[in-house]
Amino acid sequence: MEHGKQSFVSRYIFSFDHKMIGKQYFTLAMTMGFIGGILAVLIRLQLGFPSKPWPFLENLFPVGMASGIMTPEFYVSLFTMHGTIMVFFLLSLLPVSGFGNFLIPLQIGARDMAFPFLNMLSFWTVVPGAIIIIISFFVEGGAAASGWTAYPPLSAIRSAIPGSDLGQTLWLVGMIFFVASFTMGGLNFVVTILNLRTRGLRMMRMPLTTWAQFVVGILGLLSFPALAAGALLLTFDRSLGTSFFLPAGIFIGDTLMPHEGGTPLLWQHLFWFLGHPEVYIIMLPAMGFTSDILATFCRRPIFGYRSMVYAIGAIGTLSFLVWGHHMFVSGMSPFLGSLFVVTTLAIAIPSAVKAFNWLFTIARARIQFTSASLFGLGVVSLFVTGGLTGIFLGTNAVDIQLHDTYFVVGHFHFIMAGAGLFGAFGAVYYWYPKMFGRMLSERLGKIHFWITFVAYYAVFFPMHYLGVSGMMRRIYDPNVYEYLQPLQPVNLFITIAAFVLFAGQLIFIYNYFASMARGKPATENPWNAAGLEWSTPPHPGHGNWEGEIPDAHRWPYDYSEPGKKRDFTPQWEA
Amino acid sequence: MSKVNSLTSGIAAPLDAARSSSDRRHINRLGLLVGLGGITMLFAAFTSAYIVRSGGGDWTALELPPVLWMSTALIVVSSLTLEMARRAFRDRNLASFRSWSAATAALGTGFLVSQYAAWLSLNEAGVYLQSHPKSSFFFVLTGVHAAHLLAGVVALLALFGLAAAGRLVPGRSDAPTLTAIYWHFVGGLWIYLLAVLSLLG
Repeated sequence: MEHGKQSFVSRYIFSFDHKMIGKQYFTLAMTMGFIGGILAVLIRLQLGFPSKPWPFLENLFPVGMASGIMTPEFYVSLFTMHGTIMVFFLLSLLPVSGFGNFLIPLQIGARDMAFPFLNMLSFWTVVPGAIIIIISFFVEGGAAASGWTAYPPLSAIRSAIPGSDLGQTLWLVGMIFFVASFTMGGLNFVVTILNLRTRGLRMMRMPLTTWAQFVVGILGLLSFPALAAGALLLTFDRSLGTSFFLPAGIFIGDTLMPHEGGTPLLWQHLFWFLGHPEVYIIMLPAMGFTSDILATFCRRPIFGYRSMVYAIGAIGTLSFLVWGHHMFVSGMSPFLGSLFVVTTLAIAIPSAVKAFNWLFTIARARIQFTSASLFGLGVVSLFVTGGLTGIFLGTNAVDIQLHDTYFVVGHFHFIMAGAGLFGAFGAVYYWYPKMFGRMLSERLGKIHFWITFVAYYAVFFPMHYLGVSGMMRRIYDPNVYEYLQPLQPVNLFITIAAFVLFAGQLIFIYNYFASMARGKPATENPWNAAGLEWSTPPHPGHGNWEGEIPDAHRWPYDYSEPGKKRDFTPQWEA
Repeated sequence: MSKVNSLTSGIAAPLDAARSSSDRRHINRLGLLVGLGGITMLFAAFTSAYIVRSGGGDWTALELPPVLWMSTALIVVSSLTLEMARRAFRDRNLASFRSWSAATAALGTGFLVSQYAAWLSLNEAGVYLQSHPKSSFFFVLTGVHAAHLLAGVVALLALFGLAAAGRLVPGRSDAPTLTAIYWHFVGGLWIYLLAVLSLLG
């Protein structure tokens, strides 16, 4: 390759190489995820030990933790930013922008993404967004405090609560950077996958990971502009006196706001038109990773490949028709609500197709229990648990009872956050050799898995009971209600489990960085996997293949074919 | 590694030598179309917000300033001049291409000035962004559209500059067609917005 001599800047900072850009996204997403995790620990600190003073925290947050006791305003900012950071800056950036950029060209046999410059630009667009989001904690009034959903009027009236002022403005600015970056990335995904596949790689021969990223690219392009439109209108309401989302008759203290005629529901519609597809933007890549990982480690072709592809398409399509199920208690017409119930429950069909196909892939296979396959099995477990509670919430009659309780918190931490996160972990353990040319420690990986898996269930499963018992989703101190006081031991248990969960992630972070320097050197194809990405050298340079790009002669799931000597046939072999 | 070209240039898709320039053209056009899909969704979201909000009790009709018809005429003519530019490019007449693309950029700038005049005339009539919901939507929609059109003007000026520097090669460069697709799209978007603003609510 003629560009061996690159400056530090063009190689590590403003790189055009999709693999370097993918790793840059990794670093950013993991940093943000770590911060989001600390916020979660602080949230659990308050819920496990309501209003107990922690004097050392005053140094970090002199206002929010004045004399070491968390203020309600700070608590509200904490869960708002925890949601925002985790949903957008960890769970979207890591599996989609990180793995999408890293894997798509390797899996389809391309030298790079279709628009490398745009790719570089999209990364450097999201960085300021992330910085602005973090800075917002330290401005006057603190970070945004209207939930990750930013519902007006809290988000629209600057004087509503302290976080509604500068913090909310910075939230909106940060999100606009994020949307711009993410749509650029989605454009690149779609064009790359449609155009740059190597010879022989028909669409129906693509790995399911790439299929998922393809649909995710389309979802991002079609759904994020709705958030951009909403964010712009919200900015006008906040700063320029319009009334898109603000009705008449809002008092802040003794002051009557000048707004009239607007409808907060309009924001909810615009937000959830993005917000629901966003859930699948997080979930679909995890589903793809799981399919690829399970096939490799079960030494089985993925069961029902064609139905898997159709299921990804069906989930993607349906995700645009279900946003109303987030709004059952908003006073929507019961008739409209029933329509949303039908479309929501319809998603159970392609989701069940995927879950059963994984189970049939696993069934009676001789599974190789590696860190990657354990996390892949973890995805299946979390996905089934979270999927079943989704049926409760998708039915409006039940949802009206459970809405805005901890049942919902438990549900989405299983299906979206948990399955998404486990998928990403599995993918890191699986593709790390291709990323850094070294292996992660399997021993630490398995310890990481078991701590994470057990602690994850311990944190989020009891939340369903809290929710059914009536504990509200955003409550600062449950003990103010007598009927919630008996639940305090459960909250304490969850808090301790959450600390364990957080500590378990430190093992992963150590493993990730230590293995870069000290891990066992990886061979070209350490897992004996059949996908095209394993035909590249252990540490592929810019351009990925040193010689010609190999042709794809088959799909990437030819494992354990009867009558063959080897138990897999690589995609690049005739 | 002669098989790999333009890896270092980075702007365009890195292709192996086996791929033809028509592949690259196809990729760039598809990228543009996909991007236009995103812009379409942005305005679809605005439209749905407009329709929902127009059901509110405080919705007030708005007399659209007549100068908008001049804007519309300018943008329609600019699409025609850009097509003349493309024809000149195809006929390898670069001097004529430069004139027509400069004329298009001038007409585009005229459109922006005319839109600004429409804002001023509303202000003179006492209608501002925050006056009532329809005026809010009017300023937001025309403003966001103007930002997209401004990007088109910048693209036209870049096209003019590339042609003047001799960097556009007829038969090879696809930039004029890409710019034209975007320009017609943004022009069409204005016609659509005008229809929404005058027919709905």
